Amino acid sequence: MKRRMVTGVAVGVAAALALAACGGGGTDSNTDSSGGGTTTAAFDAANGKVFNPSDKKGGTMKFAISSDWDSVDPGDTYYGLSWNLARLYTRSLTMFKVGAGSTSSELTGDLAEGLGVPSDGGKTWTYKLRQGLKFEDGTPITSKDVEYGVSRSLEKSALVNGPTYFNDFLDLKGYKGPYSSKGQDNPAIDTPDDLTIVFHLNKPFGGFDYFAQIPATAPVPVAKDTGVKYKEHVVSSGPYKFESYEAGKGFKLVRNDQWDQSTDPNRKALPDGYDVTIGANADDIDNQIIDGSLDVDIAGTGVQPAALSRVLGQPDLKARADNPLSARLNYTSINPNVGPLKNIECRKAVEYAADRTTYQTAYGGPEAGGEIATGLLPPQIPGFQKLDVWSMGADNKGDLDKAKAALQACGQPNGFETNIAYRAERPKEKATAEALQQSLARVGIKLTLKPFPTGDYFSLYAGKPSYRDQNNLGLMLNSWGADWNDGFGFLSQIVDGRVIRDTGGSSNLSVNVPEINTMVDQAIAETDTAKRDALWGAIDKRVMEEAVILPGVWAKQVTVRSTRTTNVFVNDAYGMYDFLAMGIQ
Amino acid sequence: MPAPDAFLDVRDLRIHFPTDDGLVKSVDGLNFKLQRGKTLGIVGESGSGKSVTSLGILGLHNKRNARVSGEILLDGTDIVSADPEAVRKMRGRRMAMIFQDPLSAMHPYYTVGHQIVEAYRVHNNVSKAVAKKHAIDLLGRVGIPQPDRRVDDYPHQFSGGMRQRAMIAMALSCDPELLIADEPTTALDVTVQAQILDLMRDLQQEFNSALIIITHDLGVVAELADDVLVMYGGKCIEYGSAVTIFEEPEHPYTWGLLGSMPRLDRGVTNRLMPIKGTPPSLINVPSGCAFHPRCAYEPQTGGRGTTEVPELVESGRGHLVRCHLPVAERKRIWQEQVRPKLEAGS
Amino acid sequence: MVAYIIRRLFGAVLTLVVVSMITFGIFYLVPRWAGGTAESLASRYVGRTANAQQVADAAHGLGLDKPFFVQYWDWLQAIFVGRDFTGVGPAPVHCPAPCLGYSFIGRNPVLPDILDRLPVTASLAFGAAIIWLIFGVSTGVLSALKRGSIFDRAAMGVALGGVSLPIFWTGLVSLVIFSYGLHWTKPGGAYTPIEVNPGEWAYSLLLPWITLALLFSAAYARLTRAGMLETMGEDYIRTARAKGLRERTVVTKHGLRAALTPIATIFGLDVGLLLGGAVLTESTFSLPGIGKYAIDAINTNDMPKVMGFVIFSAGFVVIANLIVDVVYAVIDPRVRLA
Ligand SMILES: Nc1ncnc2c1ncn2[C@@H]1O[C@H](COP(=O)(O)OP(=O)(O)OP(=O)(O)O)[C@@H](O)[C@H]1O
Ligand code: SF4
Ligand SMILES: [Mg+2]
Repeated sequence: MKRRMVTGVAVGVAAALALAACGGGGTDSNTDSSGGGTTTAAFDAANGKVFNPSDKKGGTMKFAISSDWDSVDPGDTYYGLSWNLARLYTRSLTMFKVGAGSTSSELTGDLAEGLGVPSDGGKTWTYKLRQGLKFEDGTPITSKDVEYGVSRSLEKSALVNGPTYFNDFLDLKGYKGPYSSKGQDNPAIDTPDDLTIVFHLNKPFGGFDYFAQIPATAPVPVAKDTGVKYKEHVVSSGPYKFESYEAGKGFKLVRNDQWDQSTDPNRKALPDGYDVTIGANADDIDNQIIDGSLDVDIAGTGVQPAALSRVLGQPDLKARADNPLSARLNYTSINPNVGPLKNIECRKAVEYAADRTTYQTAYGGPEAGGEIATGLLPPQIPGFQKLDVWSMGADNKGDLDKAKAALQACGQPNGFETNIAYRAERPKEKATAEALQQSLARVGIKLTLKPFPTGDYFSLYAGKPSYRDQNNLGLMLNSWGADWNDGFGFLSQIVDGRVIRDTGGSSNLSVNVPEINTMVDQAIAETDTAKRDALWGAIDKRVMEEAVILPGVWAKQVTVRSTRTTNVFVNDAYGMYDFLAMGIQ
Repeated sequence: MPAPDAFLDVRDLRIHFPTDDGLVKSVDGLNFKLQRGKTLGIVGESGSGKSVTSLGILGLHNKRNARVSGEILLDGTDIVSADPEAVRKMRGRRMAMIFQDPLSAMHPYYTVGHQIVEAYRVHNNVSKAVAKKHAIDLLGRVGIPQPDRRVDDYPHQFSGGMRQRAMIAMALSCDPELLIADEPTTALDVTVQAQILDLMRDLQQEFNSALIIITHDLGVVAELADDVLVMYGGKCIEYGSAVTIFEEPEHPYTWGLLGSMPRLDRGVTNRLMPIKGTPPSLINVPSGCAFHPRCAYEPQTGGRGTTEVPELVESGRGHLVRCHLPVAERKRIWQEQVRPKLEAGS
Repeated sequence: MVAYIIRRLFGAVLTLVVVSMITFGIFYLVPRWAGGTAESLASRYVGRTANAQQVADAAHGLGLDKPFFVQYWDWLQAIFVGRDFTGVGPAPVHCPAPCLGYSFIGRNPVLPDILDRLPVTASLAFGAAIIWLIFGVSTGVLSALKRGSIFDRAAMGVALGGVSLPIFWTGLVSLVIFSYGLHWTKPGGAYTPIEVNPGEWAYSLLLPWITLALLFSAAYARLTRAGMLETMGEDYIRTARAKGLRERTVVTKHGLRAALTPIATIFGLDVGLLLGGAVLTESTFSLPGIGKYAIDAINTNDMPKVMGFVIFSAGFVVIANLIVDVVYAVIDPRVRLA
């Protein structure tokens, strides 16, 4: 799961509620945009199209964030903003196309000349590197450096943060990584020559190009690898290199004169450098962006409640704000292993009775909260289809007649009692739990609120099967963000029943259906992109039919940028501004 | 009666404090005179205005909370109307004060020597070393053993009697012409009291200064004073030489005081005739004679005591009394009733 | 005096031990009571992608599976002799003495990180302290001397406001006004170390200083006023006046000197507390100090960092206490010889 920064957002439901009052309805979709440009300042002008297109170089971009993310080490990071940012100082094998709207849902070669070539039914993937690639010190980048980057990222006991896709899918034959398996070669990666790299998988996987865009495929020179300390001196392969790095405080990027534009069709490298401040006060960041002392909050989670009403209320500020949809679903897991909820009819009653509008209001309304979700997959993810499995009733306020009928069928005509779990430190989840408590009470389903500490929510409470079943946690608030925008990236961790562990810790709290597991396997193996996307769409529908997930909202946020930024657009792959493309007036 | 060209001449002194509860008339029309080398004793119960009077003489009342009127002529200069800076320069130099509780009256953070040096140097432009030597001399003069060592001690390292001696040394540092001792011995035990009183008498003679000794203890007055002023409720109710006050007192309040006085010459220390009742309110002063609610002889004035304020009138040479009782009657009561009772007490 | 200091020193060490035990208990024992296992605690440090074996290795390597007091002892001992951790990486990691803990999220010993941030916090604390001491005390003295005047009433009104307004509010408002509105001061987060450029250093800290000082000035003004009113009524002040001293001398040398004693005590403790991290001010103004470090540590669930921070701050408070006790003895001769 790509951990987005949620601490900042989880403040002040009151302001969010106030906002909801002035927000309108309507379904938003930014997947159908052509990716054209505009210079007219208006709300959401940089969403789906490029605002202020420009090729002007120069200036120093000023970024800030309120709290530190996992790491700037490409082999040790799992934050969306970090992957977005890493493209400035590293290049991976592939990357999402740099462009507005649906452009970024396509992959293209970065270090590699093009996408990978599958063979052996999707078990082997081969990439050809471009000519003339160099590290910041002028040494040529070879396929060995890429292999080393991937290999070191396997060392999860040292580089704990990154995803485990390579650990899980590469045919490692017991190889653990260059620190643990000293002197051994990684049997899953071959480098027949300096420009060719071949990956051997332990099972067919059609979406390997998505893996190839993970920053872990960025080249790392063996001699410069200092393990966990590498983040202090990341060696650049991209257009910018680190001039300074202060842990937890920030860093500065300056131009890397060894980067050659002719090897890189995707990057424009407009600014001369970047100042990134870490640990600034979240409210202050908003003020500084409004004031012009900062350009963008790289957390990408939207303005704080304090600035929200100002941004939406003042036309000049609203004209430089956007309302991107992030690939995140805020939802409620319905536990099919407790009480009456074991019966699908009772679960259906929950789906029918829930008032989706109050759910949305609890998250902050249509703009700062998100769009009412009809299924799991958010609209910007290929394979998305608008579902209507369980009626949401008129105005999305719930279909009470159907809910009552379902209760009747379940043998609980007067409703039943169960608990709803949520993370105590998250006011929005608390507000949601209360909203559901009210809307379900309309059909006699009585919910008791059960807050749990955020840090241990998945490891000890809701995420631990024995705990949630014994303590009758019928409903559990949940939230999930995609690792990347495809069905696998979004769904695999939350619908595959095999990820549920007795020891706890999984984000999948309620979906464990053998048929769905099989569908997941099929989708994973499919190498044809269109077919694969369709399979994931089908999985989405199938999960909905089980009535074990009550979708809430696809998260949206109100983001703001300084007036001097050019070439601004929301990269759908990250659900935030594209840091690579942005320039300065 | 003191000579007209008195060193200290207090005329119609009034010191009132406006408070939230009303105007507190702590001193209300006080007159007295004092010559150099002479001692005036001011006696009266707690709250009668003694300390307020003495602070008034030093010009220590704050304009913001006290209304002072009348005249306090010190060697011809009126303290009440003089420029505050001029009065400050006189304070400590021409007139000095010894306070009741030397522990709280000395600053706990500075050495005894430092506090004397400070008092000396503010009025004398001398080096610290010279001033310190002077301080050691003074400490020696007031009877502190090993003054050169004790000069660097802090007040809390001194015993009560020594502190009072040090306080006296401090007051004497600039050879003041007027010395006011506000209950100088109250905090001390009897033997030390006697020593301190002896010391003051000796020093007064040596310096030929005018001395005001304030107390509610008539015994102290008997020891030292030439003249005695009895205060009640902010007013003088009897004034005369010490001999007159002790031998022929005419005011019922003075009789009461004498009755409550432990007299060494009578060999007893029990209070024979404590005055009944409480001191008068200074805001709602009783009508007529302020003492009437507590006075046993009030009926004998035919009601005048409750309605008409008695004037301070001369009843003998230099003897002033504020009472409606006819002079003869007063003398008779003293001779026939009060005096025998007091003596019988012994 | 020496015995007095030794006694105090002993007390200080004891306090630290107790504080560390309680803190250690809160972070390592309470989660166990709440149902946490050695593994669930370790899982915070191994990333979410770790498998059960890695978590178990980490739990063992970090000693989380040992009895509580053994864990505490290991932690305590590390302060004096350093410590090696295994199970969180291919090679053991060494935390040299004095080891206040090792952050497995940041992958470095805690103490150097804290020390690295100390100059920021110290700059903030001392700068603000000087301002509020001068400002608060003089306002308090003037208010006391002019009791009931318009100045007194206005100052005390402002002081009441100053005491009751939270720093994150005054901080943000002043940022909006002075930084973004008038551009008089630097925006938040613009910290320049003093050794780099003293002018910039002061300029960047101006607003945090003033904001923090405002809060404390208000409290100190009220304290000083009350203290002055009390001392100016003391007998020794009357004595000082009776000696013919100038009013200025009376007020400063005799009045203020005594009134400042309790203020010096509180001042010492306040500065000690701030040196341990001005959490709110640092986060409002985005200053990378110890307080900000603590907030980040808490947000990321980095227990060794939090633990190190608590001990470090407690150390400052205890040291401040010690200094205050000694200073008190110097100021007040009655304490000195007692
Ligand atoms: N600043 C002031 N404001 C209001 N009232 C005052 C003030 N100073 C003195 N008084 C009042 O004036 C009255 C006389 O006080 P003073 O101290 O002169 O009494 P005293 O005769 O010296 O008594 P004691 O024997 O107890 O020392 C008291 O009732 C006292 O409350
Ligand atoms: S006037 Fe009357 S009341 Fe007053 S003292 Fe004389 S006899 Fe007593
Ligand atoms: Mg008195």
